[in-house]
Amino acid sequence: MANLNMADALNLALMQEMEKDGDVIVFGEDVGVDGGVFRITDGLLDRFGERRVIDTPVAETAIAGFAIGMAAYGLKPVGEMQFTGFSYQGFHQMESHAARLRWRSRGRYPISMVLRMPYGAGVHALEHHSESREVYYAHTPGLKMVIPSTPRNARALLVSAIRDPDPVIFFEPKAIYRAFREEVPEEEETLPIGQSRTARQGSDLTMISYGAMLHRTLEAAERLADEDGAEAEVIDLLSLSPLDHERFTQSARNTGRVVIVHEAHRSYGPAGEIMARLIEESFYYLEAPIRRVTGFDTIVPMFAREQDYLPDVERILEATRAAMND
Amino acid sequence: MPRKQVRLEHSVEYLSVMDKRGRVDEKLAPKIDNERLLEMHRTMLLSRRLDEQMLILQRQGRIGTFAPAIGQEGCQVGAMAALSRRDWFVPAFRETSAMLWRGFEPTNLLLYNAGYNEGGAIPEDSHDLPIAIPVASQLPYAVGLAYGTDYRDTDEIVITFFGDGATSEGDFHEAMNFASVFKTPIVFLCQNNHWAISMPRRRQSESKTLAQKALAYGMPALQIDGNDVFAVYAAVEEAAERARAGKGPMMIEAITYRMSVHTTADDPGKYRDEEEVEKWQEWDPILRLQKYLKAKKHLTDQQIDELEEEIAKQVNEAWEKADKQMQELDDPSVIFDHLYEQLPEYLKAQRQAFEQRLKHGG
Repeated sequence: MANLNMADALNLALMQEMEKDGDVIVFGEDVGVDGGVFRITDGLLDRFGERRVIDTPVAETAIAGFAIGMAAYGLKPVGEMQFTGFSYQGFHQMESHAARLRWRSRGRYPISMVLRMPYGAGVHALEHHSESREVYYAHTPGLKMVIPSTPRNARALLVSAIRDPDPVIFFEPKAIYRAFREEVPEEEETLPIGQSRTARQGSDLTMISYGAMLHRTLEAAERLADEDGAEAEVIDLLSLSPLDHERFTQSARNTGRVVIVHEAHRSYGPAGEIMARLIEESFYYLEAPIRRVTGFDTIVPMFAREQDYLPDVERILEATRAAMND
Repeated sequence: MPRKQVRLEHSVEYLSVMDKRGRVDEKLAPKIDNERLLEMHRTMLLSRRLDEQMLILQRQGRIGTFAPAIGQEGCQVGAMAALSRRDWFVPAFRETSAMLWRGFEPTNLLLYNAGYNEGGAIPEDSHDLPIAIPVASQLPYAVGLAYGTDYRDTDEIVITFFGDGATSEGDFHEAMNFASVFKTPIVFLCQNNHWAISMPRRRQSESKTLAQKALAYGMPALQIDGNDVFAVYAAVEEAAERARAGKGPMMIEAITYRMSVHTTADDPGKYRDEEEVEKWQEWDPILRLQKYLKAKKHLTDQQIDELEEEIAKQVNEAWEKADKQMQELDDPSVIFDHLYEQLPEYLKAQRQAFEQRLKHGG
């Protein structure tokens, strides 16, 4: 066991998978000598050399395409997009080919690859460095889309993503890369993609979140317990595609009250899909309208006002109390 | 301090081996044995007749939109014949002749063009990638594939095809740059067929040649007569040797001509003169190769007639087989196949609901 932050835990996952499997190749802008702008790939170049840890020219399309071609050849590429805000230049490769080559070739070319990228607001960054556009990827058939929330599950989920036979988009909540530490076992650990977890037990209300916002949701749940005496169950989605609807459905049927929290934009956001599932399948179990606390449908503001954009504990509590009192 | 010249010692060579009348410069000609040459000729002719038949079938409404390779058969077959089966073939969407050379079944091509995914199936041991429709988007992954062949220390190389229009796409430039920076074993074969739907080559780029774009990436390039199978073969052989020797990528600009429509969805009468097409007919790659083969007494008019008959029969049989298969492919729930290695629960549920509806005649 080591007490690691998420950045170190992700680094551990890469180190161990590269050690174990000579087909794992890491590449992207500044991932080698510099160790990545967030130091996630620190030390990999020294250990594995430049054929396996590749500093690429600044070209997101080519990084995504490079990964697809390597995967078609049978390697296990792990590409990095420096920020999600720059991944759009590679998006067409992911949509047109990563997601489709297995399908188009009728199984001849499975694309087992990972595209990692830090997402989300809260680190005082420039424009284009704070978005939470997981929906673009979760909406695309043929891709998988995961977002960890703690050091330990980040490490396990990245290992699973690398071993997964399908293309996985791996969003890293950069606001909590170094926010806290957790015991992470030295021995190998995986986490099935498409499986959520219960982050807090409770029977009065269901709160659903993921990534960096999970922690504000948990904080709101604690305050609700302290101030109102109500116990919220908190579900951490971990995978947006495939979405594990069983766990939150069970919880919602049990509590009858649901609040969904994410920093992605509200309209057509993940909460909309989760609400639709609950209304389709669990409508008669619900005791109150489902609430969502999300980023606004604005462009993510520049950093002086980014905290006004993000859901905060007060907003989450307000929605939670409304759901409790209906 | 002063403003001075940066010397760039670059130029692009142009290669032609065979003239309009099928006469070959023996000094420049690649060594291709007669049997192979006749096989190349047969594939080119098959490609032409299959395209012609598909144009008819499309007009009859029996298959959908497709992009004929008419006029580019020499370029495609010449290129593929210079490579090994172990080399990787990354097509765009107008590579019918190349696909046929690699053994792609005409029946499957007909199925694909009739709208059935099954037609696009790639056999497990094949080193061919499927058709890629978004222009130039195949080039970045072709480079990744080439990195793979190098990483595993094989002597396999990659060839990828694209058109003059593709050289305007960002994907082309990013892929060329990556290939050169990482010295990947890949041949970029640009089929400059003069037209990107309605956009003529002269308006696609102000560059004097398309080949010279490679020079900006520190990559050698060759411009060739793309309707001359010998020139194409020689150029690809040279580029492949370079790549195999670890010297990195090369670009070939093959000057050819799209003698038919862009796809069956457009009408070239709106944007180009028939005279231009007639002029290019004199450079028809199949006729030129036949002139050569006849002059060398490798082929007679009678043999060509017999071959035409045999190919007509093959094309008809391919269609009959495709037509029969389409009637047997009556299970639409295959739309859920091959999305993921294992279908996730939510998709299983969608598939089940769909199958229930089918069962009840929904």
